[in-house]
Amino acid sequence: MSSYKLKRTIGNVIAYIVLVLISIIWLFPFVGLVCQSFRSYATESGGMVSYLLPKHFSLDNYKYLLFEYPQFGKWYMNTLIIALFVAVLQTIVILCVSYALSRMRFKGRTALMRFWLVLSMFPGFLTMICLYFLLKQFGLTQAGAVPGLILVSVASSGMGYYVCKGFFDTIPKALDEAARIDGASRARIFFTLTIPMSKPILIYTALVAFMAPWCDFVFASYVAFGHEASYTVAVAMQRWVWTNDYQGFFTRFCAGGVLIAIPVTLLFMFLQKYYVEGVTGGAVKG
Amino acid sequence: MAFFQKLGNHFKQIGTTFVQGDWKTKLSFLILGFGPLLRGQVVIGLALLLCEAAFFWYLFGFGWRYMSKITTLGTVATQKIRRKTVYGDNSFLILLFGVLTIFAVIAFLVIWRLNINENRKEEEILKKGKKLPTNRQILASLLDKNFDKTLLALPVTGIFIFTVLPIVFMILVAFTNYDKNHQAPTNLFTWVGLENFKNIFSFGTSGMAPTFLRVLAWTLVWAFLATFIDYFLGMAVAILINKKGIKFKKLWRTILVLTIAVPQFVSLLYVGKMFANDGLVNGYLMKWGWIQNPIPFWTDPMLSRITILVVNIWIGIPYLMLIATGLLMNIPEDLYESARIDGASPFQMFKSITLPYMLFVTGPYLLTQFTGNINNFNVIFLLTQGKPQSMSMANNAGATDLLVTWLYKMTVNDTNYKMAAVIGIMVFIVVATTSLIGYNMLPSVKDEEGFQ
Repeated sequence: MSSYKLKRTIGNVIAYIVLVLISIIWLFPFVGLVCQSFRSYATESGGMVSYLLPKHFSLDNYKYLLFEYPQFGKWYMNTLIIALFVAVLQTIVILCVSYALSRMRFKGRTALMRFWLVLSMFPGFLTMICLYFLLKQFGLTQAGAVPGLILVSVASSGMGYYVCKGFFDTIPKALDEAARIDGASRARIFFTLTIPMSKPILIYTALVAFMAPWCDFVFASYVAFGHEASYTVAVAMQRWVWTNDYQGFFTRFCAGGVLIAIPVTLLFMFLQKYYVEGVTGGAVKG
Repeated sequence: MAFFQKLGNHFKQIGTTFVQGDWKTKLSFLILGFGPLLRGQVVIGLALLLCEAAFFWYLFGFGWRYMSKITTLGTVATQKIRRKTVYGDNSFLILLFGVLTIFAVIAFLVIWRLNINENRKEEEILKKGKKLPTNRQILASLLDKNFDKTLLALPVTGIFIFTVLPIVFMILVAFTNYDKNHQAPTNLFTWVGLENFKNIFSFGTSGMAPTFLRVLAWTLVWAFLATFIDYFLGMAVAILINKKGIKFKKLWRTILVLTIAVPQFVSLLYVGKMFANDGLVNGYLMKWGWIQNPIPFWTDPMLSRITILVVNIWIGIPYLMLIATGLLMNIPEDLYESARIDGASPFQMFKSITLPYMLFVTGPYLLTQFTGNINNFNVIFLLTQGKPQSMSMANNAGATDLLVTWLYKMTVNDTNYKMAAVIGIMVFIVVATTSLIGYNMLPSVKDEEGFQ
């Protein structure tokens, strides 16, 4: 064995060791989450303990959330409804904005883009109270929080056009021009030429939009304040961890977390390819 | 100068249009769309007329009530007369709808100007003996030449109502005394000028400057460290996985990507609890006898900052790994080949091939990451909520609070809206300055059309 080969083998062995270590660190919280979700409140503690594997395996937490605690299903549905609507509507809005900004040249185009860039430099939570009162005027808080949250997320989504516009910019303009010479209108080009070509970016945009509502609890808790029926999972479950009134709900939080994470994670893994494309493209174009 | 010249030209054109125009045009100055309607341009004429009607209906039916009081934000306080509450002025609504009405007036002036332009154009076309476009053509142009207007109409309106209006409102709140003692509708609030800005820069007993500067410093340190540590470690992991001879590349990547896939709300809350005093990490360390007392991951100011940075590595590396993996493959292999023949070590190759390329390509990304980290609410709030708090800091600020989490706490816990608004403006200034400086330093700032 030559020294070069030996060196390479040693290098690879070290690399494998590092990778295995990284994998353990990265997977540990998820393993912990799943393990603790199987710890029963009845036979053991439902709070924090200092060991990983439950002494008795039980599905009590899942049974509790799914069958004995009807609010959980309601919260889950709320979040799912918000996520689905936001995914569809936000994708449509971003698509429209990106096409107009990428393909058409009109007066005030760069001014609009600059203005939006400046707007995006303001922290999002600054406008929270104002948005709350605006929604209240339309009756879209508390009981109407679900449509209210959809409205707010969709209404401002036009400013997140960067990745999608970057993608449109890479579609050759010659294609559009050829179609225009053949007499196609802009709208026709948009619907029959551009959209069919943008499947990856469509999926990326929808996926990102779909994932966001599962995490958003700040604005959601503000809008739905005190009205349990329109909570999202994040708003409701955050109390189980932070508030001491919910003794023993820690393992239930773990179980709920698993129930949330499984579908979202599966969907993400399934569409991972598109996500990677979008993220990479967005990073390079800036 | 150029601006005033432009403005002058506008007035000149308005004047000449009025003087030289026929009676239809002249009447259009008062009744919007009158000229186009009589010239058969029904669609344009009706649209303009409707705008005018809607504007005056809004102004006199709703807006004027609020706009007229905007200088004082209301003078009639809410009172209790014989156990009955008699509501006075609502400063909040006066400010909000006052601003909205001012915007409506500006919009109406713009439409009025467009209306004059339209009249002038039509007269010019008719004078040349040409025909005006038919209504059908005008409608069709909304799907063709003017498709951008169709596409942008709703998004721009949405952004106006739900982003622009609230931001303008909150900027103005920074100049009022709107806080928990002046809450609408029970109490009035009013303009106080630069009072709040003085407060945030004052080192006096009630001044907030010491706290503000500490939070600002941590925000910048956090943004810098979080961005660059993640950047280099993420790139290192990507290189490691891409290394020749490493098998199961897809498996390693998938494991890392899990942190992106699982909603942060679940994973971060869990990780936060893992490092708690009674959490898993301390539990095992004590069980193995490595430590006697739990390590105060979240209660010691310095340690909590470090822990947050470490947890953020856990979140940040996968993104960087994804981005870097795609980009590393774009570097031509023969560059490395020739370097290897010249006897370059792996580190030298990284230093003079990989790194310059990556920095060049990902420059804009680094910048957005940095500003994104200044506003990184989720990581901080889900892990520590800004704790541990200390008595030496004002307004419940904690050791790990960023400006944005502090802003959030002021809004929700203290209802100190005026200071929250000031902090918001400060965040904007910080982000805008760093972006401006960073953007001018980027090597890859190119003409955006260059890509097309």
